Parts: sequence; structure tokens; C-alpha cells
Amino acid sequence: MSHSLEIRGLVKAYTLGNPVLRGIDLTIDSSGLTAIIGPSGTGKSTLIRCINRLVDPTSGSINLCYGGQRVDLAAIRGRALRENRRLIGMVFQEYNLVERLTVMENLLCGRLGYVGAWAAWRRKFPQADVNHAFSLLDTVGLGTFANQRADALSGGQRQRVGIARALMQRPKVLLADEPTSSLDPKTSFEIMLLLKEQGRLNNIPVIVNIHDVELARRYADRIIGMSGGNVVYDGSAEGLNDDYLKQIYGGEAWL
Amino acid sequence: MTAASSGAARTSTAFRVDLWTRALAVLLVAYVVYASMQLGFSWDRFVSGLDNGARFLSRMFPPDLSKMDILWKGISESLQIAVLASVAGILISLPLGLMGARNLMPSWLSWTARSIVAVCRSLHPVIVAILFVKAVGFGALAGTLALVVASIGFIGKLFSEAIEEISEKQVEAIRATGASFPNLILFGVLPQVLSRFIGFSTYQLDSNLRNSTMVGIVGAGGIGGALFSAFQRFDYDFVFTILATIVIIIVIGEMLANYVKKVFYV
Amino acid sequence: MSEATLVHPDGLVQQRIWQRHTPAQRLIRFAIWLVIALAIVQSLRSIEVIPEFLYDAPEQMGDMMQRMWPIDWSYYAEGVHAALVETMHIATLGTLLSIVLAIPFGLLVAGNLTRNRALNFVARVVLVSSRSVNSLVWALLFVAVFGPGAVAGTLAIAFRSIGFVGKLVGEAIEEMPRGPIEALQAAGASKVSEIRYGYWPQLKPAFWSIVLLRWDINVRESAVLGIVGAGGIGMALDTSLNLFQWDRVALVLVSIFAIVILIELVVTQVRRRVL
Repeated sequence: MSHSLEIRGLVKAYTLGNPVLRGIDLTIDSSGLTAIIGPSGTGKSTLIRCINRLVDPTSGSINLCYGGQRVDLAAIRGRALRENRRLIGMVFQEYNLVERLTVMENLLCGRLGYVGAWAAWRRKFPQADVNHAFSLLDTVGLGTFANQRADALSGGQRQRVGIARALMQRPKVLLADEPTSSLDPKTSFEIMLLLKEQGRLNNIPVIVNIHDVELARRYADRIIGMSGGNVVYDGSAEGLNDDYLKQIYGGEAWL
Repeated sequence: MTAASSGAARTSTAFRVDLWTRALAVLLVAYVVYASMQLGFSWDRFVSGLDNGARFLSRMFPPDLSKMDILWKGISESLQIAVLASVAGILISLPLGLMGARNLMPSWLSWTARSIVAVCRSLHPVIVAILFVKAVGFGALAGTLALVVASIGFIGKLFSEAIEEISEKQVEAIRATGASFPNLILFGVLPQVLSRFIGFSTYQLDSNLRNSTMVGIVGAGGIGGALFSAFQRFDYDFVFTILATIVIIIVIGEMLANYVKKVFYV
Repeated sequence: MSEATLVHPDGLVQQRIWQRHTPAQRLIRFAIWLVIALAIVQSLRSIEVIPEFLYDAPEQMGDMMQRMWPIDWSYYAEGVHAALVETMHIATLGTLLSIVLAIPFGLLVAGNLTRNRALNFVARVVLVSSRSVNSLVWALLFVAVFGPGAVAGTLAIAFRSIGFVGKLVGEAIEEMPRGPIEALQAAGASKVSEIRYGYWPQLKPAFWSIVLLRWDINVRESAVLGIVGAGGIGMALDTSLNLFQWDRVALVLVSIFAIVILIELVVTQVRRRVL
């Protein structure tokens, strides 16, 4: 079943007259890892966060197409927004785990869009979800950590829990906002590998925001380079030569 | 330390008391003298007071153990007031404190909730008790209502502040899963503030226990009534019994509260 | 917290049960909820509430509010102002006095500073007793000893605050990092010097914060002590209540409210600038 993400004319201005995103047009297909690179402040994080509406776009459309349906994520609100957010998993730079809850509870948070408040409070999640959680824990290599408190884990372990939590949603798209920026080099490689594999296994597109160009080159099927709020490169990792990099990262007068 | 300079003396700068502190200390002493005179403290009064005090203490011993039924009735009423007021106060403060959190709620709602809490906080429980006695009559109801108001003022404010200090990142992550608002509160907000909430609540339970022994003085039920009449009848030995019982009850209450906190992972 | 692994009889499906708490923990938590519920039910059943009074309440309160309006502002100069000032003096002197009395007990109750367990215990008993008795009850006591007036009120405030300040000071001392203290001990400092140069500098910010907080609370407390004759604005309140002069009662309440807010503002400013 093919699904895709179509972004048309996405503009975001935090302050009037100063757009961070100047009209982005992108289509992300149903599989593969797409890395978005670019200098700080160029709107990479804003772009990712517009997709699941943690940031509200100023104008433009973000269409999520799946199973024959087409939803403009930029236009929905309230219940429709929540229902569609369930389909988008997100991994954060600082893991954003609920520190005082256990690993298992953090994973089950991924199902909060599907479970009522009363059952959630009593921790009565469907057994299928619990099974799924255990198998995901095994997959990310944290099989024995189910009852540990989240704040007892290392950075790399926390990010794995974050990825597992996102996957618990059985999402159609997996977003990652600088998932490796707080990790050491070796762990960064492991996390990127995990993201790529899970995208492949679940047949969903993975969109990663990243500032480490080497990581992007090594793991991305497609690289999108941004500069000054525009897309200046959109192609494969091999095609990303130094000229393009200078164009993306060169410290010029777009500031 | 330094090489000898050309004869200029160097005063040590370690532990130098600065001028501000000195000035403040002088000011304080001056104030104490002034205020004491205003209030009528004098050496003679103090001495005669000590004399009175000695006599007073001697009249408290041995403690009067004959009126246990009055004591028990008063204490149990105080306990009832404390329990009911704490439970009702906690139950009301939870949503009210949540509504007062400016990072979660629209400003009209948070402002309204905070104002209600501020008003509850502003008047002393005794004054509130007096007002309720005038409104609903003598007895435990007035006392309970007064302490509910006091509880809301305390827990509500601290709870709102605790929520405003949480990490937004955790909330953001829960929001990104498409969770409903109740689920967002349950998993994104409450885990971060629950231990502090339990802390405030046990503190308030303790505080209500103390206050419930006192509202009786103005007729709002509990042991305070018996205490007041004992004073008026100069039954100081019974006063001692009552006071000792109050202290014991409060100590037990503190120990129980600590135990409950431990069980709920504070 | 536990997980149990069950293998289905036909070996195909492996279910893993997850429970947030172990059975033992669940039992204790349930027991606590049960005790709380019992306490509530028992209290509700035996509390003496006269239903007629309850139904009557809104009407009574409305009547009371009506009688309070308009507020009798003219009473301020003759009856309220001096009493308010007296209240402030009671609160401030009482707090200062309590500091003097509380510091020794705070030092004695701190386990790391005072090693003698018996002294710790005695100090703790003193502090707990001071805290457990309400300032209003202390006021009753001191009125009986010293006679009505502000002296009783000041001592009541002071004695109540000893427990508060002493306990928090003791806790602050116990939580202090040992490093600077040990350095002083190694250099051969006397106990007094150890306290003055090792403990006191670290204690200072917390100490003033505690004192400021207690002063704030004491202003509220002082306002009501007059009800039992211990001086301050409470006496004006008591008088007007007994004479059913609701408009004056309203004035007194408003003045108390105003001064409490004033003190809160002052304290917030001081905290921001100094602490």
C-alpha cells in the first residue's frame, strides 16, 4: 500500500515579514530514509515540526496520502488533528521521555491516541499493545529494561526507547528531529542504523533532520539540503558534492 | 603572598564584614528597642510575667485525666474536620490548580482559577471560620468549610506553580502521539508533578490537623472549644492534657504522612 | 513492577503480562486507599451537621454580605490604624525573637553538627511541640500568664515560629556539603569558628529565605491573635463582631487583606533582589 507525504508551498514566519520557511515543495514517497541537512536556523526543525503540527504553518499544505485517503495536515484541528497525529511518529533530539515513568510505560504512551483516559490511568492497555511493546523492546535491544525508570537509562538507551515509542503508534511516517545530536559518535551510528532498518521493515518513510553530513551521506537514500528557508539540493547522497555543500552551508548574506 | 610593597599596609580582606550588614544589624536593634517600647515590654512586666508563668506551670501539673470523654469527643471531631477538609480540599485543588497553570490553559481560565485560589489564601483560617460560623452556625460544618478554603489556597497555588515548572519537552512528545487532552495531562504533566502534589497534600493534611484543633476557639467545632472553656475556667491541668494530646496526635499524623509518601514513591 | 511470561498450551502464542506494580505493592496501595475511604466515611457519618443550617447557609451568607456593605471607612482612623501598626510590630518582633531562640535549637537538632543523640532528641521534641501548638493557642497561654495585650501576642508568635525556623534550619544544616566544614576542622578551627565560618555562610541564603517566609506567615497570624485578647487588629475584629457592626467588620477584613498583600509584594521584591 503506498502512502506519501506531499508538501506544497509551505511557509512559516515566526515574526511578521521574516519567514523561516519560504515556500517548500516536497514529495516524500513511501519508503527510504530522507535526511534534511543545513545550517542552524535554516528551518529544518521547523519543517519537520510543521508536519505533525507541533508548529503551525503560516500557509501552504501538507498532504498525507494513505490507503486512498488524502488529508491536509495543515488544515485540520481538534479531534481530526489528534487522530492524524497518531499516524506520525516522532523521535526527539533530547529523547523527551517521561522521566519518572518506566520504559514500558513510556512505550505504551505511543498508544495514548487509541486508549481512553480511564483505562490509561489504570494502566489497562490492550494485551496486543503490550505484546507489541515487548517485541519492540527486544528489537531495539532493551528487552530486560521494561521496568526500569526512564531517567536511569543512558542517552543511547533513551533514544532507543524514543524510537520504540514512536513505532508503537504503527505510524505511516517516522519523523526524527536531530535524533543523534545529543549522542556520542558510535551511538549516533547505531541510532541511524536502527531508524533506517525500522523504516525498511515497516515500509514507512523516515524523515530525519540532521546536521552531521557524514551520517546523512552514510544512511540516507535521499538528501534534502536547505539554506535560507529554501530547498537548494534534493537528490542522492552520491550527488552531494562540495559545491552544493558550499551553497548550503556557506556563511553568506542570507542571514 | 604578594611581594612586599612599598610600605603600604594591606588590611586582610578575608571575612570582612561589609557595611550593609553592619547597618542592617544596627537598624534591627534600633527597631527592636523602638517596637518593644511601643508594645509595652518592660523589665518589670517581664519579671512579674515570669513569676506568673511559674505559678501557671505548677497549676498545669499534674495533668487532669478525669475528663477523657470530653477530650475524646473533641479530638475525634477535630480529626473528622481535618480528614474531610483535606479530602475535599485536595479534590477541589487538583482541577483548580490545573486550570491555574498558565502554560497549559488559556489566560482567561488560568487568571480566574488563580484569583479564586488567591482569595482563598488571603484570609486566615480563623477569620474564615468566624465567617462560616456566622453563616452556617456553630459546629463542625463551619470548621470543615473553613479548612477546605484554607486547603484550596495552599495546594491550589503550589500545584499551579509546580505545573508551570515542568519540562515542556515531555508534554510535547505526548502531544505528538495524538493523545487526548486527559491523556496528555495523565502522562505528560502528572508524572512530573505527582510527587510534589503528594508532598503538598500531606503537608496540608498536617496543617489542617493543627488548625482543626484551633477553629473550635471561635466555635467551629473540635477540641478548640473544650480548650477555650478550660482556659476560661482556669482549669490549667486540663489544658495541659489537651495540649499534650494535640502534640501527640500531630506527631503521629506526621509519621503516617511520611509513610504514605514513601509508599507512593515520593 | 513485574512481568510474567506465559506460554500458551499449544506453544504458538507467547503472551507477556505486564503489571505496573508487584502484587505486594498493589496490596499496600489498596490498603492505603481503603483506610482513606474508611476515614472519610466514618467522618461523614459521625460529623454533626444540622441540615437546616446547611440549607439556610446561602441565605445567611447573603444577609451577612449585605450588612457589610457599605464599608465603614470612617472607623479606620480611630479603631484600625493603630491596631494595624501594633499587629506589624507583633509580627516583626515575634519573628526576630524566634530567630534568637530557634538558632540554638536548629543547631542542636542537626545530626551532622551535634553528635549527641540525646540532645538531638530533646531539640526535636521542643521544635515539634512548638510547631504543633497553634499561635492562637500559644496566645491563650500567654494571655493567661502575662495578661491581655501585645506582649502575649509577640511571645505567642515567637514561640510558634521557633519550631518552624528551627526545623528548617536543622534540615538545611544536615543537607550541607561536608567539604568546607572538614577543611576548617582539618585546619584546627574551634567549634564556634566552625559554625561561624563553615556552616553560617552556606546557611545564609536559605536562612533568610526561611525567615522571610515565616515573617510573611506571622503577619497573617498576628492579625487574628487579638480575638483571644493578645493585641493587634484582631481585637478590633472581635469587638465589631460582638457588636454586630458588620460594616466595621468589613473594614477590618479589608485592612487585613490589604496589609497581607502589601507584605507579599514586599517579600517578593526582597526575594528577587537579595536572594
